[in-house]
Amino acid sequence: MSRANIATWLAPFFARPIALAGLCVLVAMVVAAIFAPSLAPYDPYAIHPMIRLMPPDAAHWFGTDQYGRDTLSRAIYSARMALLIGSGVVFFALITGIPVGVFSALFPRLGHVLMRMVDVLMAFPSLLLALGLIVILGPSAANSILAIGAGYMTTTTRIIYGLTLRLRAETYVEASRSMGSGTIWLVVKHILPNLISPLLVQASFVFAFAQLGAASLDFLGLGAPPDIPSWGNMLAESRTFITRAPWLLTFPGMMIVLTAFSLNLVGDALRDRLDPRFRQVFGGEG
Amino acid sequence: MWSFAVKRTGTTAVTLLAASVIIFAFIHVVPGDPIYVLLGDTATSDQIDALRHQLGLDQPIIVQYLHWAGQALAGNLGRSIFFQAPVLSVIADGAETSTLLALITIVWVALIGVPIGMVAAVRHGTWLDQGLSGAAMLMASVPTFWVGLYLILIFAATLGWLPSSGYPSIFDGGLGNLRYLLLPSLTLAAPNAALILRLTRASMLDVSREDYVRTARAKGIRPWQVVRRHILRNALLTVVSAFGFTFAALLSEAVVTETVFALPGIGRLVVQSILRRDYPVIQGVILVIVVIYLVTNLIVDLSYRFLDPRVELQ
Repeated sequence: MSRANIATWLAPFFARPIALAGLCVLVAMVVAAIFAPSLAPYDPYAIHPMIRLMPPDAAHWFGTDQYGRDTLSRAIYSARMALLIGSGVVFFALITGIPVGVFSALFPRLGHVLMRMVDVLMAFPSLLLALGLIVILGPSAANSILAIGAGYMTTTTRIIYGLTLRLRAETYVEASRSMGSGTIWLVVKHILPNLISPLLVQASFVFAFAQLGAASLDFLGLGAPPDIPSWGNMLAESRTFITRAPWLLTFPGMMIVLTAFSLNLVGDALRDRLDPRFRQVFGGEG
Repeated sequence: MWSFAVKRTGTTAVTLLAASVIIFAFIHVVPGDPIYVLLGDTATSDQIDALRHQLGLDQPIIVQYLHWAGQALAGNLGRSIFFQAPVLSVIADGAETSTLLALITIVWVALIGVPIGMVAAVRHGTWLDQGLSGAAMLMASVPTFWVGLYLILIFAATLGWLPSSGYPSIFDGGLGNLRYLLLPSLTLAAPNAALILRLTRASMLDVSREDYVRTARAKGIRPWQVVRRHILRNALLTVVSAFGFTFAALLSEAVVTETVFALPGIGRLVVQSILRRDYPVIQGVILVIVVIYLVTNLIVDLSYRFLDPRVELQ
C-alpha cells in the first residue's frame, strides 16, 4: 500500500477522535495477545490456594479467582482467544461468502438457487444455529469458530452478492467484458479489488459480534474448555462468586465490551468513507 | 397486492420445507446412532430392533422424512428422552415464561428505543445525537449475560428489591409474579433497544431527506408538525416492521438470559437439553422457533406491503 493510500484509510479516524481511540484499543489488544507471556505478571494457570478470591491490590491489579489465579494475567491471555475466535469467524465468513456471493451474482441461473439456500440458512436465528452445530460438532474453540461463522457466512454472502450485482452493471466492467475479458479476469481485476473496502467494514462488525457470540457459548459451557483463559469462561466461573468477588465479573466483562465497542467504532468510521452506493448494502444507517 | 401475498407465502412455504429437511437431518448427524441416543447405552438388541422398526428407521430416508414431517404437521414432535413425555408438551411447559419474557422485553424496547431514537434524529448532528448514538453502540457491544449478572448483583443480591432467579407462573401466584421477569426483560431489552434506537434514528433521517418533507417545510408548516405528520408516520413503518423480526429473534436470544436468571423457559430448555443430550427436544425447539421466525417475517412483510403500497416485491 502506498503512503497516500494509507492516509485515505486513516482519514476517517483523525476526523473522529473516538474512532481513533477505538483503533488504539484494538492495536493494544493485538499487542496483548502476541506478547501475553511477557506482559502478564503471573502464570495464568498457576494455582495458589492461599490467595483465593483476593480483591484487587498492588500485587494483583484485577484480584484473584477461586483458585488463586491472577485475573489480570488470565485477562491478558484471553486476548489470544478473542483474536483467534474473531479472526477465525471473519476468515470463515469470507472464505465461504466471497466465492458463493461472487459466483451467484455472475451466474444468475445457478446463483438464484444458491442464494435461496442461503435464505434457508438465514431462517435459523444465529445463536440457535450455533447451538445446533455445537451439538453436532461438540464443544471446542475451533468448533465455536465454525458454529458462529455459519451465522455470519449467510449475511456476508448476501452482502457480497449485492455488491457484485452492482459492480457487474458498472460501465467499466461491461466495457472490459465487451473487449473479451474472461470471467476470471473480471473477478480478479475489477470485482475483488472493489470488494476490499466494503468487506473490511463487514469484517469489523463480524469480528465484534463474534466476540459476543463466543462469550455466550463460553458462558453456557459450550465453547472453549473451561481451563483455557477466555473472557467468556472467566465470566462463567465468576457467576458463583458475584457477591463475594465482584471484580471477577467486572474486569473480563469490561474487556469484552471494550473490544466489541472499539470494533463497532472502527467499523462505523470505515463505513463512512465508503462509496455511498455501497453504503446502502449495509442497511443505510448513519 | 394478492399476487404479492400468494408469492410471498409460497416463498415462506418453500423455505420452511427446506429448513425442515435440515432440522430432520439434525438427528441423523448428531454423534451416535439415533437409536442408541434414544434408548441409552443399556438397551438390548431386541429393544433396539423393535424401536428401529417402530420409528421406521429401517425404511428409506425419504420415507422417514415424510413420516417425520407428517407427524410434525400433526403436532407430534417425538418424545423427550429425559422427561419421558411428548416433546410438544415439554416445549409448551416453557412457553408461558418465554412468551411473557419476549412481550415485556418488546415493551421495554419500544419505550426506550423509539423515543430516544426520535430525539437523536430531531437533534441530528448535535452533541446530544452523538452522545445517544454512541451510548446505543455501547449497549450493542455489551454481552447480555454480563448485564444480567450485574443487575442481579445490584438489585437482587445487594439491594434485595427483586428476585434473582426462577419464575412461578402468574396462573399460580397472580400478576405479582411478573416481578420475576423484570430484570431478565431489561437484560434482554438492552441490546435490542440499542438496535431499534439506531434504526428509528436512521429511518427518520432517511425520510427527512425526501422531497415531500422539503415541500412541507417550504410551505411554512411548523417544524414539529413536519416531524409528527410527515417524518414520523413514514419512518415508524420501518421501525414497526423491525419489531416483528426482533420479537422472533428474542426467542433464541433468550437462551442466554433464561440461563442467567434460571427461568423455566424454552431457551433454558435448549441449553439443558444439550447438556442432557436430549436430542428430540433440541430438534423440536429448533423447529418451533424456525416456524415462528418465518411466520412472523411473513406477517410483517404482508402487513408492511398493506400499509405502504410503495413497497415492491424484490
